[in-house]
Amino acid sequence: MAIEDYQIDLGEEKTYTIFAFTENKVGLLNRITIVFTRRHINIESITVSESEVKNVYRYTIIIKTTYAQVEKLVKQIAKQVDVLRASFYPEEETIFQEIAMYKIPMSSMINGSQVEGIVRDSNARILTVDPHYIIIEKTGHSEETRALFEKLAPFGILQFTRSGRIAITKHMKDLSTYLREQEEAYL
Amino acid sequence: MNALVAEASEKEKVIITEKKMVTGAQGLLLSLLEEGVDTIFGYPGGAIMPIYDALYDFADQLKHHLVRHEQGGAHAAQGYARITGKPGVCFATSGPGATNLITGIADAQIDSTPLVCITGQVASHLLGTDAFQETDVLGVTMPVTKWNYQVTRADEIPEAIAKAFYIATSGRPGPVLIDITKDAQNAKFEFEYKKCKRISSYYPVPKLNEKAIAAAAELINNAKKPYVLWGQGVLLSNAQEDLKAFIEKAGIPAAWTILGLAGLPTDHPLNVGMLGMHGNYGPNLLTNECDVLIAVGMRFDDRVTGDLKCYARQAKIIHIEIDPAEINKNVRADVAVNADAKVALQALLPLINENKHEAWLQKFRDCAKIEYEKVIAPEILPTEGKLKMAEVMHLVSELSEGKAVIVTDVGQHQMVAMRYYNFKDTRRSNITSGGLGTMGFCLPAAMGAKVGAPDRQVIAVIGDGGFQMTLQELGCIFQYQIGVKVLILNNNFLGMVRQWQQLFHQKRYSFTEMVNPDFVGIAKAYGITANKVTQRETLESSIQAMLDHEGPYVLEVVVEKEDNVFPMVPAGDSVSNIRLS
Ligand SMILES: Cc1ncc(C[n+]2csc(CCOP(=O)(O)OP(=O)(O)O)c2C)c(N)n1
Repeated sequence: MAIEDYQIDLGEEKTYTIFAFTENKVGLLNRITIVFTRRHINIESITVSESEVKNVYRYTIIIKTTYAQVEKLVKQIAKQVDVLRASFYPEEETIFQEIAMYKIPMSSMINGSQVEGIVRDSNARILTVDPHYIIIEKTGHSEETRALFEKLAPFGILQFTRSGRIAITKHMKDLSTYLREQEEAYL
Repeated sequence: MNALVAEASEKEKVIITEKKMVTGAQGLLLSLLEEGVDTIFGYPGGAIMPIYDALYDFADQLKHHLVRHEQGGAHAAQGYARITGKPGVCFATSGPGATNLITGIADAQIDSTPLVCITGQVASHLLGTDAFQETDVLGVTMPVTKWNYQVTRADEIPEAIAKAFYIATSGRPGPVLIDITKDAQNAKFEFEYKKCKRISSYYPVPKLNEKAIAAAAELINNAKKPYVLWGQGVLLSNAQEDLKAFIEKAGIPAAWTILGLAGLPTDHPLNVGMLGMHGNYGPNLLTNECDVLIAVGMRFDDRVTGDLKCYARQAKIIHIEIDPAEINKNVRADVAVNADAKVALQALLPLINENKHEAWLQKFRDCAKIEYEKVIAPEILPTEGKLKMAEVMHLVSELSEGKAVIVTDVGQHQMVAMRYYNFKDTRRSNITSGGLGTMGFCLPAAMGAKVGAPDRQVIAVIGDGGFQMTLQELGCIFQYQIGVKVLILNNNFLGMVRQWQQLFHQKRYSFTEMVNPDFVGIAKAYGITANKVTQRETLESSIQAMLDHEGPYVLEVVVEKEDNVFPMVPAGDSVSNIRLS
């Protein structure tokens, strides 16, 4: 059976979350992104931070692609010498969030109560108040942080930033179990 | 400290026994000795001078060959690795030296060749400053190495080298590069060496999945038209005998990819021939007729499969492959055996039934007969007209009794060499640039192969185009009297491209005709014995003279300008649409 048959079955584009657990090595981020750039695939977002295991880093990479493609990408990532484990999940299998920050001018607080209302209704919070600006923070899905952006836009947004998605899987075993299994699967 | 190291020059001995303090450069060379290295191909320059200075004292243990271009160094190391199975080692300086290695590294990566490349780098305080001859070698080589690492402290050297050798040779082999800053080469440290046996994040050797083996055996035992395709994995795991035992027991016809060539003698009754674009008729055609396809250590390259949409769709596919990333990459496997070829074949052998598939085999023989009459006979036994590449290779095969190592470049002569050389020796006997298709590969690779196997007859088969890409290595061949035989098949064209222009671009020969220099004159200027043949009458004696010659030899054979290689599966077409003319 050729791969094409398979792509017809599983060729639907979806958002996938790729997790990679890695050693902390210079240049590894580059090696991982090369896997995508080489195949002309755009990364929606990527975050890297230390995981629950000391010195093991967790990459969270979001891409929109097909199952057939993401499966190959993950194997290429897993193949990198300094990668301990790589896996992928469809959106439904993860709990995910991102953080957004909005900087708006103090002048727009003439209608302060209005902004405060929006912040409260959006489950956001005011992080910093300065004589010249205030900074609002919101954690949520990208649709929610985008919605708050739209609501704040009339007041003038000086700066806006989003962290990119971080995610936790619903079913994934803990990392040390996986690593043990990995050891056992190989000589 | 091992014996070799203890035997280092008098000066070394004092350093080692008294303090074990060495420079990074010395530590590198001691590390190479610990890994059993005795041959290096390289080229010096500013940023690697401390290493070359140290090499001066190790010259009797580490035989360094001064190539004439770093690309030649990388390809020579590849040739050495491909013939010996040991990693090839090459040295280059920073900047241009390192970038000149890239073609060879990329070639080694795609053809799974173990290389350890050592590059000098500017001093660590100059990194990132655009210093003289500074290139981001790590960044540049990252996409084409299995692993790379930059050393900025002398005491990191032994561990980096140990890891480099372990990674290059384990699992699916590949090239690694270690970039060493000049200050790290000069700094002193206490040398101690420990071989690398494992890396916690790297799992090169999969455990055999017994269930997959059982499932594979069941498919094979129930197959009416089983068909084995083997690739370089068989040679890399030294599974030639295991492959033979397996196909002989189950009576399965087997075909090879160009990197798997000579894994089984060419004239073995179950060896049905070559796969792919210029492969044999039956092996391509019948891919779409088999019921169980058993791929062993090959990766379903597009030159082998043609159009995937019509590739072996009727068949159940068993894929034996050590690299999990190759499984389900191009062709979806019904049974995936993620294992070393030897391990998998040995596990399968007791589970498969003795069998004969006479009617099925007969189909291959029928196809072979058609191909012989339509293509092969007129190619190898012409009686008039200009010389043909195929008749030259046929004669080379006869006169060398099929025992030579054939190293090829890329183009028509490559396909012809593989099609018409009758390999009898299943030790690694064929070296070619398969995945990358690198013109210029042959001459330096053949040189490296001869250095690695001085007792074997090594013949470099090259086109007039490819020869001119790395002919500078005649200098290295001459200097070290490397007894490689160079056979230039001169058609005064970039033949393979011209063939495509003829077949697919209405004979618009856009920049493929070549006005060539006097190749014999060039060889002679390098002090290498050379001869030129244009006539059928003198062909045999000229080839014999080349084979009999002690030391390096260049033989130019002027062949038909506009010959084509057939059969041919046009690029992207189905293997069923293989053309005989
Ligand atoms: C470095 C490189 N450049 C270009 C090509 C494209 N190419 C493939 S075969 C070929 C022609 C080779 O001509 P020649 O070496 O004379 O061999 P022939 O095909 O005539 O036997 C070319 C240009 C290549 N494979 N490698």
